[in-house]
Amino acid sequence: MSSEKATLKVPTIGEYLANGESPEILFWVGCAGSFDDRAKKITKAVVKILNHVGVKFAVLGTEESCTGDPAKRAGNEFLFQMQAMNNISILNGYDIKKIVTACPHCFNTLKNEYPDLGGNYEVIHHTQLIQNLIDTGKLKVEGGTFKGKKITFHDPCYLGRGNDEYEAPRIIIEKLDAELVEMKRCKTNGLCCGAGGAQMFKEAEKGKKEINIERTEEALSINPQVIATGCPFCNTMMTDGVKNFNKEHVIKVMDVAELIAQANDL
Amino acid sequence: MGFSNLIFLLFLAFAIFLFSKNIKKLIRNIRLGRDINRSDNKSERLSIMTRVALGQSKIMAKPVAGFLHVIVYLGFIIINIEVIEIIIDGLFGTHRILSFLGSFYNFLIGSFEILAMSVLVACIVFLIRRNIIRIPRFFNPEITKWPKTDANLILIIEILLMSAFLLMNAADSALQNKEVSHYIKAGAFPVSSFLVNIFNNYSVNFLIFIERSTWWFHIIGILAFLNYLPYSKHLHIILAFPNVFFSNLNPKGQFSNMESVTNEVKLMFDPNAVPPTNLNPGKFGAKDVSDLSWKNLMDAYSCTECGRCTSECPANITGKLLSPRKIMMDTRDRLEEVGKNIDKNGLDFDDGKSLFSYISQEEILACTSCNACVQACPVNIDPLSIIMELRRYKIMEESSAPSEWNNVFSNIENNGAPWQFSPSDRLNWRDE
Repeated sequence: MSSEKATLKVPTIGEYLANGESPEILFWVGCAGSFDDRAKKITKAVVKILNHVGVKFAVLGTEESCTGDPAKRAGNEFLFQMQAMNNISILNGYDIKKIVTACPHCFNTLKNEYPDLGGNYEVIHHTQLIQNLIDTGKLKVEGGTFKGKKITFHDPCYLGRGNDEYEAPRIIIEKLDAELVEMKRCKTNGLCCGAGGAQMFKEAEKGKKEINIERTEEALSINPQVIATGCPFCNTMMTDGVKNFNKEHVIKVMDVAELIAQANDL
Repeated sequence: MGFSNLIFLLFLAFAIFLFSKNIKKLIRNIRLGRDINRSDNKSERLSIMTRVALGQSKIMAKPVAGFLHVIVYLGFIIINIEVIEIIIDGLFGTHRILSFLGSFYNFLIGSFEILAMSVLVACIVFLIRRNIIRIPRFFNPEITKWPKTDANLILIIEILLMSAFLLMNAADSALQNKEVSHYIKAGAFPVSSFLVNIFNNYSVNFLIFIERSTWWFHIIGILAFLNYLPYSKHLHIILAFPNVFFSNLNPKGQFSNMESVTNEVKLMFDPNAVPPTNLNPGKFGAKDVSDLSWKNLMDAYSCTECGRCTSECPANITGKLLSPRKIMMDTRDRLEEVGKNIDKNGLDFDDGKSLFSYISQEEILACTSCNACVQACPVNIDPLSIIMELRRYKIMEESSAPSEWNNVFSNIENNGAPWQFSPSDRLNWRDE
């Protein structure tokens, strides 16, 4: 869409430095956010918010590479550390201090597993950044289209249990004047969407059900109008689950960033 | 010291000797694991132990089982104060030696009785949950004959011990009423007094017989139970405390970075780098118990097979083979087997078996690394850490990965993404 293209400002770190400036924060887009059609919309929603508030951010662009998370969870520590060392040398080369990402897997890996290998950054998840922008008054949020809607939040494992962040996405949803409804298994007891641990990239082992179907059933049982997530992989799994029950026209699976972008008509 | 005191001393000494021998073996087995530093942040560790182990905080996630467990736990800790008196009386032929505490003694005995009755009822409810209501998590495939028997035995022994304690007090109290010498007026009996009316009709000799036999049954039962622990899932009553103390304090999402790999990767990036001299690559990941960390092994011994991990595991819920509890039980079984081999054949004996004789690749491949099992464990056991070490071995030592994963690996290596996209297209979304 050309109108959208005109409004999105996505400078790369190289472009920043060429102007003799440095960004406040690096937006780590991640592989899903860069290549997956559904996740690209989440990426754009994040950019719209950053543009709207006027956050000075940059992306690595073609210099970004997989954090190595899927390799590490699959057990391929070699590949993980090779990716990590490469990424760290690029990040350190640009003297990056602060990173935001919309992928909890990138978030966890960059935040927890890179420091040991020489990559020390302040890493935040995009829901934490958005909450901070709201708290500091930089981002005004009104319910808009979501006012009074029933929204449930599916906790991504690597944001919730993995890093104990349960509140930021919920605080944002409540700012939309929406009715936040919880699934029985939420927060510390949240049920995985089925994609973690590199499961996204292979067929599931033999069983009686797919995990995303189990999770979608649980979400459908509380009749939400929106299933909100904070992870591109959870988004894919839940979207597939909702489609499986032919509910995609009545229930939207959306990232928290998309909720904010849509509510603010960005 | 009379004959019975000598017998008591022999029993006590033998029980302690046997127990310490088994505990030494247990510590030796745990030490077969790789070294890992868990002695940092002592104050944080103490506080988590106070909260989770002493304070039973995580067990309350399931309120019914949690409440019953807290009763049995408090009963176990508090009633065992009575054991001090039993041991002194047993060794020196005294009777209710602590009764000089007066009304405080009465308060203690009274509270023990109320707790004993509560424990008894809780254990009966536990038996009903296991055998009549048949709570599903007690019927997963890994709960074979022995784990079932073990669980029921523990509950029955506790019921017997509590019954003996109450019967002993009832007989004692009847003897006190009959003003039999040696049975001094001491103690309050809020529960056993219900039996006293019946007991008052019996002869003094019969009452003394009941009082003595229940006294002996109680203490021999406790000493036998102590020595049953090393063979039982009930070992958690001891290991829960150190196991929580040595918990992983990092965020759950953080997995360890393998130092051996770091050393090799650094060499690849910088051929001039000097490899550390104490480099001991060993193998990558875990094939057998000695490749796991000592904390993994302590975890295995601390597991009481409650199955909360498995009932929260997304793979298990959806019918996959993986059960985190089975991973823990298999690790303990294999560790016990390795320990017995060492006892019989010495440290270097190789029986040709490994953890993979117990755990299949299909099980470990089904894990989503979601940490639900870790979160669910009331004593902070980390099954995920063992699953990951096994995966590392399969992938890095045996190159045994599902073909889809091999594609992902080569995509990441060549394209910097798990999918087959060109790295030069990475910013295309900006202009789409």
